[in-house]
Amino acid sequence: MLSDHTISILIFAGIDVIMALSFYLPASAGQLSAGQGGFMALGAYTAAYLTVQYGAPFPLALAAGGLVGGVVGLAVGFPALRLRGLYLVLVTFGFGEMVRVLFLNAPAFGGPAGFAGIPPATTIWHVLGLLVVLIYFFTRLSGSRMGRAFAALRDDEAAAEAMGVNSTYVKLAAFAAGGVIAGLGGALYAHYTLFIDPEAFGVGRSLFVMLYAVFGGLASFWGAVGGAAILSVLPELLRWVKDWREIFYGLLVLATMLVRPQGLLDATLLARLSLRGERAAARG
Amino acid sequence: MFAQQLVNGLMLGGAYALVAIGYTLVFGVLNLLHLAHGEVFMVGAYVGLVLALAGFSPVVILAGAMLAAATLGVLVERVAFRPVRNRGSHVTPLITTIAVGLVLQHVVVKIFGAEPVAFPAPFASAPLDLGLVTLTTLQLIILGTSVVLMALLELFLRSTRTGMAIRATAENQTVAGLMGINVSLAIVVTFAIASALAGAAGVLLAWNFAGLSPFFGVKVGLKGLAIMLLGGLGNVAGAMVGGLIIGVVEVLSVAYLASSYRDAFAFAVMILILLVRPTGLFGARLSTG
Repeated sequence: MLSDHTISILIFAGIDVIMALSFYLPASAGQLSAGQGGFMALGAYTAAYLTVQYGAPFPLALAAGGLVGGVVGLAVGFPALRLRGLYLVLVTFGFGEMVRVLFLNAPAFGGPAGFAGIPPATTIWHVLGLLVVLIYFFTRLSGSRMGRAFAALRDDEAAAEAMGVNSTYVKLAAFAAGGVIAGLGGALYAHYTLFIDPEAFGVGRSLFVMLYAVFGGLASFWGAVGGAAILSVLPELLRWVKDWREIFYGLLVLATMLVRPQGLLDATLLARLSLRGERAAARG
Repeated sequence: MFAQQLVNGLMLGGAYALVAIGYTLVFGVLNLLHLAHGEVFMVGAYVGLVLALAGFSPVVILAGAMLAAATLGVLVERVAFRPVRNRGSHVTPLITTIAVGLVLQHVVVKIFGAEPVAFPAPFASAPLDLGLVTLTTLQLIILGTSVVLMALLELFLRSTRTGMAIRATAENQTVAGLMGINVSLAIVVTFAIASALAGAAGVLLAWNFAGLSPFFGVKVGLKGLAIMLLGGLGNVAGAMVGGLIIGVVEVLSVAYLASSYRDAFAFAVMILILLVRPTGLFGARLSTG
């Protein structure tokens, strides 16, 4: 079977994919969030606190992590109603930073020393299970009324509203759902690393989550899945360059984005792939 | 005591403002975020360190850091902005600049190590007793340099042809191009100026904290972003005032509350103001005040 090392790589890659999907969901409605690390922190700390302090069963802690992420996502969605584009990026950036500083100053959660002694609970099956559920959810979403409302809002907000899309409702839903996913990701993360500290969920985390999804391409959720999978395994493949690893990584991402500014899976490629699928279906 | 903290805050704020002006200039002209700006600032500070260790005078250190940062900034524009300017969405430059920032950070780690290093003081600093407040000569130099650089920028944007070209490009790129303005050149000059100011701020803050690390740019860069938002995206005068406000808020929160909250206050103030006035304190526009 797989070695422990491989499994740990797969679990972290899986969590990265979950986080990238949490960014993709609001992004598919045109709401760019640079604060997904903040939601992840909320989910991680909530779930860990429940299992450590109250001995809560893991599924319950997991659900609570997702719930807190969702509720706060809803709250963050409100300023999003007034802000657009890069303003929103910056405000969510600020949100992520504030969550980090709050946990840094919360003695109940260990403050800067971190929160330790979390019981091991996350297995590869939890991560894969959640991924399967999420992928099913996203496949169903894209053709649904809500999914089309997301796309309409992203493409042209005024036109979407004119066509009867309730932008307030849709934006809040997108943010809350993104928060739920990130909260779940955080809860899984905490019960695998067994130790969390505020720095693990800082700006770096939020930016990398955004990087994964955009690198993969925002035309479809498969872009986020692929981008996160590739970029979180890439450091392992770059072991041979030793301490040049980050430099190589950065250059590779830069070069890829210059060749494919819309990410690996852009609209053109997506159309071609789905066309091929349809042709195959027609033949078969 | 309060007056003293106020002065300390203004000094810190002046250097922050220089970083924020860089963000806001780039945003004003391109409508894009430059997420490697913090790293340009950091590299400028390291170039200053090399010059300082080689025994050069403070003026040479400052000028060298500004020149190096300006060169680097132009390079970043070439590599991370120009190729995707008309091809990607406004998200693409976020990613290309994150990647460039990562590379710069780790190139510096490779050369200087990941640990923080001490930054030698430029001269023996003497305290200056002004009754209500005590200033060190170093503080005066830091504050003075920021003020002079901001005044020069203001003058440049207001009264030179290139400055006018930059403002016109910020107003409307297409129309500016039609009016015979070399838009590409205006953008390059904008990056050079923005980065030179960041390089200067790098040295000033390294003097202030008497040290720096390869991750120095991340924290200060974030603060610069917060200040830009506070002042209004693309608003140079707003960034100046916003920098001073954040500097003062930070120093006061350290003095009267816990120091671990220092970073939260900058963002709390920023989010509060945005909820009330989404365009920042002074509205968004690349204006000269």
